[in-house]
Amino acid sequence: MTVLLGSIDLTFLAISLAKIIVLTFMVILPMVAYSVMAERRGAAIMQDRVGPNRTNLPLTLLGFKKDLSIFGMGGLLQPMADGLKFILKEDFTPKHVRTFYFWLAPALTMVPALLTCAVLPFGSELNLGFLGLAQPVKAVIADLNVGPLYTFAIASLGVYGIVLAGWSSNSKYPFLGAVRSSSQMISYELSLGLAIVPVLMVFGELNLGKIAAAQDADGWLILPLWGHGLSLGRLLLWIPMLISFVIFTIAMFAETNRMPFDLPECETELVAGYHTEYSSMKFALFFLGEYAAMIIGSGLAVTLFLGGWSIPFGPLLGLGYTPGATPLWLGLLHIATFFAKVIVFILFFIGVRWTVPRFRYDQLMKLGWLWMFEIALANVLLTAVIMWLVPLK
Amino acid sequence: MATVVVQRPKLKWHEKAFVLSTLWKGLKITLGHAVRMLQGKTKVTMQYPEQKWDDQLPEWYRGAPTLVTDEQGRERCVSCQLCEFICPPKAIKIIPSEIPSDDPWAKVEKRPKEFDIDMIRCIYCGMCEEVCPEQAIFLRKDYAITGESRAEMVHNKAKLYEIGGVREGLVNKWNELK
Repeated sequence: MTVLLGSIDLTFLAISLAKIIVLTFMVILPMVAYSVMAERRGAAIMQDRVGPNRTNLPLTLLGFKKDLSIFGMGGLLQPMADGLKFILKEDFTPKHVRTFYFWLAPALTMVPALLTCAVLPFGSELNLGFLGLAQPVKAVIADLNVGPLYTFAIASLGVYGIVLAGWSSNSKYPFLGAVRSSSQMISYELSLGLAIVPVLMVFGELNLGKIAAAQDADGWLILPLWGHGLSLGRLLLWIPMLISFVIFTIAMFAETNRMPFDLPECETELVAGYHTEYSSMKFALFFLGEYAAMIIGSGLAVTLFLGGWSIPFGPLLGLGYTPGATPLWLGLLHIATFFAKVIVFILFFIGVRWTVPRFRYDQLMKLGWLWMFEIALANVLLTAVIMWLVPLK
Repeated sequence: MATVVVQRPKLKWHEKAFVLSTLWKGLKITLGHAVRMLQGKTKVTMQYPEQKWDDQLPEWYRGAPTLVTDEQGRERCVSCQLCEFICPPKAIKIIPSEIPSDDPWAKVEKRPKEFDIDMIRCIYCGMCEEVCPEQAIFLRKDYAITGESRAEMVHNKAKLYEIGGVREGLVNKWNELK
């Protein structure tokens, strides 16, 4: 027992805990809240409207003359107001539902979405020497050697939440939404998985942190313009990598039930889809789970294809990553780069949502099975042929 | 009229494969709107309580109906009750009274003792203004009529004169001049 207790590295535990708390509760969750707001404001901007711009710090409650708007931009506290509204609303459980599963389903949507952020490398490393730590701290919660596999394994649990919600609601629209969702997610997981096979072939590596570091040194997968990236093999591999990226992104839209693929919700046909019977915080959990999945999906796409935390042309500018010898400011800059890329990707998600109309169901299945699956498969073959003809190293 | 058969547009291969050209076309439209919005070129909804359109109200705007006095401070209404009878939603209630003989305007004979317009009922049609033979009732430009109770939403005579104010008009048959 003493040996067991002695073998636990308390510093490691404390650092991990700090990383979990900071990343999940202080970065991802606020990002979820604010991406909801960005969605609403973005939609308004694209549709020539104003959007929510009234929610400010309610100083008038304390007797001041005006509410305080942050940065002079109204409505920045809208997410807090939304959250408060969800908490204060009646949490209604209809008579006809299966109560246990009805209560389980929202948690099953939210939890996997947050779990997947464990393997995302959100920065290179932080040199916390001033705190007395000899080793620099890696900016990833769990440095797993099976990163993408872990992500897919957990992310595909998300469909259980939706299926359980639809089934336990015991009413027709949620049920239809759940059926659609399960078949859609299963179809698109195939192309999602196949799309990253070429990536894994190029790196020979399943550790997301090492994949990001390799891209920092040798050029991003879709921008191979420095380091070894300028070799003939890598430039030829540009084509299959771009195809992979496009397929991965489309499949990611489908996995997160975002707009061109939001058939599980589909307001015009299915009321609200699988969460028709839900109210208050349980509905909010579905909502937040969807956005968390979107953020983490963006994070994965950024890590795999857009170089993760690496700054474009970083090694040439002297902003590259050197293991064990990255100064603190550069580590922080890398973290900021990662989140900047994720935010740009989320804005892309939002732009596409208000651009592309929803697919018809048979078109969705056709696109998934007859186009993306085959192209992804052929892409694996193409990558293999290129790598066989022009060996990388 | 001859039937015009509209041909369904033939989609090219890159349009069928959705991501390639149609997505770009769509993004061009939405992003175009976004850019124009961010440049401040798009005209958007007025932010109501902060911005108001009071100075852009047209001359003929029909706001709250009010009673007016003439240039000599005489209330113009002679309580003929025509407006009460014509009012489609029956929003006007008048209790007439006689003008006592020692009043300087005794020759007008009648004036309203009470004149209530229920602003919850009023539909701002302007028929009262149209029908009034004395040009005593006018629709002013007040449109934000609010109150915290039903009683507050009934404009009594004092309130009506307060909003209405003085109006110099064509009707001068009661003046000394004539």
